[in-house]
Amino acid sequence: MTNVFFNGMFLGTTDKPEEFVKFIRENRRKGLITEQVNVAYHPHLDEVRIYTDPGRARRPLIVVENGKPKLTKEHIEKLKKGEIKWSDLIKEGVIELLDAEEEENAYIALTEDELTPEHTHLELDPSTIMGLSASMLPYAEFDRGDRVNYGAKMIGQAIGMFSLNFLSRVDTKSNVLIYPQKPLVQTRTYKTINFDDHAGGQNIVIAILSYEGYNMEDAIIFNKASIERGLFWSMMFRTYEAEEKRYMGGQEDIIGIPQPGIRGYAGEDAYKHLPEDGIVNPETEVDSDQVLIGKTSPLRFLGSMDQFITGLENMRESSVRLRHGDHGIVDRVFITESADGNKLVKVVVRDLKKPEIGDKFASRHGQKGVIGLIVPPEEMPFTRNGLVPDIIFNPHGVPSRMTIGHLLEILAGKVAALKGEIIESNPFDPYPEEKLRELLEKMGFRYDGREVLYDGRTGKKFRSMIFTGVIYYQKLDHLVSNKIHARSRGPVTLLTKQPTEGRSKEGGLRLGEMEKDCLIGHGAALLLKERFDSDKTTVYVCQNCGMPAIYDRIKGKVYCPVCKDSKIVEVEMSYAFKLMLDELKSMLIYPKLVVEE
Amino acid sequence: MSQKSQMKYSVSDLLPRRVWNEIERVSKERKLTESQKKKLIEEVIKHYSKAFFEPGEAIGIIAAQSISEPATQMTMRTYHFAGSAGIQVTLGLPRMIEIFDAKKEPETPMMTIYLKKEYNDIRHAKKLADEIKERNLQFYATDIRLDLENFQIKIRLKDGIKKSVLDTILTSLQKKFKEAKVRIRGSVLTLEFPSDTDFKKLQKIKKVILYTHVSGISGIKNVIVRKEGDDWVINTLGSNLSEILKLKEVDVKRTKTNNIHETEKVLGIEAARNVIIQEAMSTLQQQGLNVDIRHILLVADAMTFSGRVKAVGRYGVAGSKASVLARAAFEETIKHLTKAALKAEVDEFKGIFENVMVGQVVPAGTGMVELVATFGRGEHGSRKED
Repeated sequence: MTNVFFNGMFLGTTDKPEEFVKFIRENRRKGLITEQVNVAYHPHLDEVRIYTDPGRARRPLIVVENGKPKLTKEHIEKLKKGEIKWSDLIKEGVIELLDAEEEENAYIALTEDELTPEHTHLELDPSTIMGLSASMLPYAEFDRGDRVNYGAKMIGQAIGMFSLNFLSRVDTKSNVLIYPQKPLVQTRTYKTINFDDHAGGQNIVIAILSYEGYNMEDAIIFNKASIERGLFWSMMFRTYEAEEKRYMGGQEDIIGIPQPGIRGYAGEDAYKHLPEDGIVNPETEVDSDQVLIGKTSPLRFLGSMDQFITGLENMRESSVRLRHGDHGIVDRVFITESADGNKLVKVVVRDLKKPEIGDKFASRHGQKGVIGLIVPPEEMPFTRNGLVPDIIFNPHGVPSRMTIGHLLEILAGKVAALKGEIIESNPFDPYPEEKLRELLEKMGFRYDGREVLYDGRTGKKFRSMIFTGVIYYQKLDHLVSNKIHARSRGPVTLLTKQPTEGRSKEGGLRLGEMEKDCLIGHGAALLLKERFDSDKTTVYVCQNCGMPAIYDRIKGKVYCPVCKDSKIVEVEMSYAFKLMLDELKSMLIYPKLVVEE
Repeated sequence: MSQKSQMKYSVSDLLPRRVWNEIERVSKERKLTESQKKKLIEEVIKHYSKAFFEPGEAIGIIAAQSISEPATQMTMRTYHFAGSAGIQVTLGLPRMIEIFDAKKEPETPMMTIYLKKEYNDIRHAKKLADEIKERNLQFYATDIRLDLENFQIKIRLKDGIKKSVLDTILTSLQKKFKEAKVRIRGSVLTLEFPSDTDFKKLQKIKKVILYTHVSGISGIKNVIVRKEGDDWVINTLGSNLSEILKLKEVDVKRTKTNNIHETEKVLGIEAARNVIIQEAMSTLQQQGLNVDIRHILLVADAMTFSGRVKAVGRYGVAGSKASVLARAAFEETIKHLTKAALKAEVDEFKGIFENVMVGQVVPAGTGMVELVATFGRGEHGSRKED
C-alpha cells in the first residue's frame, strides 16, 4: 500500500505506485490530463506525490523514449517555418515541464550523444542547467565553479539601467549608470532577456600589469582621464516621503515650514531651503541633515494638563531630513494623495557618484576589486599607437583563482572591438579560442593578445609584453561614499548614555569583548579605562546606606534622603552600571555601595 | 668550592631546586671548572628570568587566547584522518572540549599499560593482553533459544572452548542466576529455571544473559600490543585503572589512562592534573600546534587546585568566581543575582571583569600598581639629568 498525496493532502492508496505514476504521465503526454500536473513516486518514502499548486518552479525538458528524443528534425523545421509553436510541442508531449518533485524521478541527459535507453529526458541545451545570472557569464566553463558562482552573484549587484522608466519611479533607493554599454562578448541569454536595454556595465581596456603596488590584493588602478570622460559615472536616487496624517480627536500633521517655538524646532538654518509650502524645490542642492519636507505633528503622549494647551506648545517638529552623511540635488517632487486620502509628498534626491578610491568593480568572472589608485593619463602605460588602458589589473589575481574565462573574455573583447561586432560565446559552446587568435593576427595584433607597453612615468619600454584587451566591467553597488564613517564625539543613546550604533546614527565603533581582552592581555589598564569612559558619570553616594544621594541645586547641598546627616562621597562609575543598580533596586535587590573617601 | 663563591651562587634563589640539581649534574658530567660553572649559572639565570611573567601580567587571558586561537584553526582540520592503524581515538577539537569540560567519561577511554621489568617481553605482553581483554558470553555463543515449555534457556557454544573457560562460564552464570540449574551437555549450555518463573522475566533474562561477564577485566573492550622504544606496551580501548593496577605484571608507576575522573578517583588530584596536562598537550601536538605548556599548566591548575576536578565553564571554574557581578555577567544572571541578594554577598571588586563593568581601572598590568615610589635625590646619588 503506497500513500498518494495530492498537493500535500492525503488522497488515497495504491498497490502499484509505479504503474499509477506511469499512467498519469502517459495520459498527460497524450493531453488527456492537463499538462500542469506533476507526479512523483518516492520509493524510499513509499509515497506518490501529485502537485498542481500554483507557483511551483518548473522547467522544460525534451521527452526521451527508448533512448530517442521525441523532438525530431521535422519539428525544428516546422518551428522555423512558423507552422507550429512551443505550445504545440507541449500539447504533443514532445516537451514537458517538470517541477522539483518530478525531477527526482527523471534521468536527464545533458547532450544528445550521451543518451541511453534508461534516460527519460534530454536538456534543451546544456546551458539550461545554469540559472539566469550564471548563463550571462561568457566563457563560464573555463572558470572554476566557485568563480562562476561569485560572478553570477555579482551580476546582481551591478549598477546599470535597472528600469527604463526610472525617471518616473520613486524607489526608496536606486542606482543608474550614466553611460551603460552592452557587452562586446555576450551569451545567448543577453538577447533573450533584452539585456541591451538594461546593460549593467561598460567595456573597458584592461592591461594585466602591476603598478607600484597600488593594485595589490585585488585592488585595481583606474585611468583618471577615463573617469573624467565619464567612465562608470552613476546616479544614486533616494526617495524621502512625508504624509499629512490625521489623528484621533481631529488633530493632524501640517506640512509647511515649522513655526519657531514648537518642540524640537531646529533653527532657521535647517529650514533655509523650504519655500512657503514647506517642500523643497527641484534642483536645490541639499546637504546632510537639512530639511526636505517641513512637518509638524501633534504631540503623541498628552499629559493630564497638556491637552488643554492648544497651539504651538502642543506640536512637535517631525520634518523629513536628508540622511546623515548624504548629499545631493533634489531631482523630482511628487505631491499626491495616500490611500487614506491624506496629502502625500515624495521627494527624490539625486547624487552623482564618480568612481573614487574604494569603489568596488568586478568583471563577470568573480574577479572583484576596489580602486586602489586613480592615475593621471600621462603616467599610465601606453602602447606604440598611444592606446592607454582604463584599468590596470594585477596579474596575481589570476593563477590561484584560475579564471581562464576572464583572460579569454579579454581576448574576445579585443577581437570584438577591432571587428566592430559583438561576439557570442555560449556556455559549453564557446566561440573558439583559435579563431580569436587567428582574427587577432589578421588585424595586425599578436595572436596572444600581448602588446609592447611603455611606462608612462619613465617612457621606458616594459621588459615584457603586457596582456592587453577589452573586457566588460561592472560597477557594483558598494560605493565608499555610502559607507565611509568616522566619529570622535557624537550622539549617545538615552537609556545608557553610551554612543549610538550604526553609520546612519553617527554611531561609534564598538570595542568588543575580545578587543577588551586584548587590552587586558597587554596590561594596558589605563588605556582600557579611558576607552570605556564613554558613559562616565559621577554619582553622590551616601556612606551610611550606600545609595545615591540628592544634590539640592538651590541650597547647593548634597544629602541622603534616608540618612539625612550622613557623609556623602563622590563616586565615578559608568552610567550603565548606575542603571544596573537602579534596575536591581526595582527588583527588590539592595545593592549597597560600600565606599570610602 | 670556596665560601665566597658559594655565597654568590646561593644568591640565585631564583632557580628552583630541580634546575639547580641539573646544573650540578651537568657540571660534574662535563667536568666544568669553577669559572665555567659560574658562567653556566649566570647563563641559566639569564634565561630563566627571561621566562618569568612580570607581576600583573594577565596570564589567564593570555592562556585563554593562546589555547583558543589554535583551537579555532583545529575545527576545520579534525575528522580528516583516514586509514590510521590502531584504535580510533577522539582527537582534535572534540577531545580538547572533552578535557576542558572535564567530561565524566571520555568518548574513547584508553589506557597505556606498561609492564614491570621482569615481564617486559612480547610473550608476557601478549599473554597479559589476552587475559585482560573483556569477554562476555556472547563471544563464546553462536545461538540462543528460549524454551518456554521447560523454562529453559539454551545457548549453543562455539567449538573448542577450553575446559577452564567452560568452568568459569558455569560458575559465573550460576552466580548470576542462583535460582537456575546450569549445565553443559556437549556444546549446549542449558539454564533451567523453576517452573513458577514468569515468562516475561525469562524473556528479559534472554536479552541480558549474553552480556554476562566471563573473563578479562570489565571495560577493556580491545587491546593492542605495541613496542615503544625498549618497552612492550599494551594499548587498550576502554579503561579500568583500579583493576589493571592490581595485576602483578603491570608497572604501576607508568601505566595511565586518559580518563581524568578515573585517575582522580584512583590516584588522586595531582595525577588528574597531570593527565589533563598530558592529554591537552598531546592533542594539540597531534594537530601540529605549538602551545606553550605553561598555558596548559595554568588551566590544569585552575581546574584542580580546589582538590576536585572542575570543568572550565558554568558549573566549574567560571561558576566559582569570587565576584557576583562577574558570574552574573557570564551565564545564569538571574540565579547568581538572586542568590547573592539572599545571602547578602559582598563583591570585593578584585577581579578584572567587575572593574571593567563599573569603569574602574582593572587590577592587571599597569593597573596593578597603586603606590609609586619616587626615589629621592641625595643619599643614593643624584641622577645625571638632575
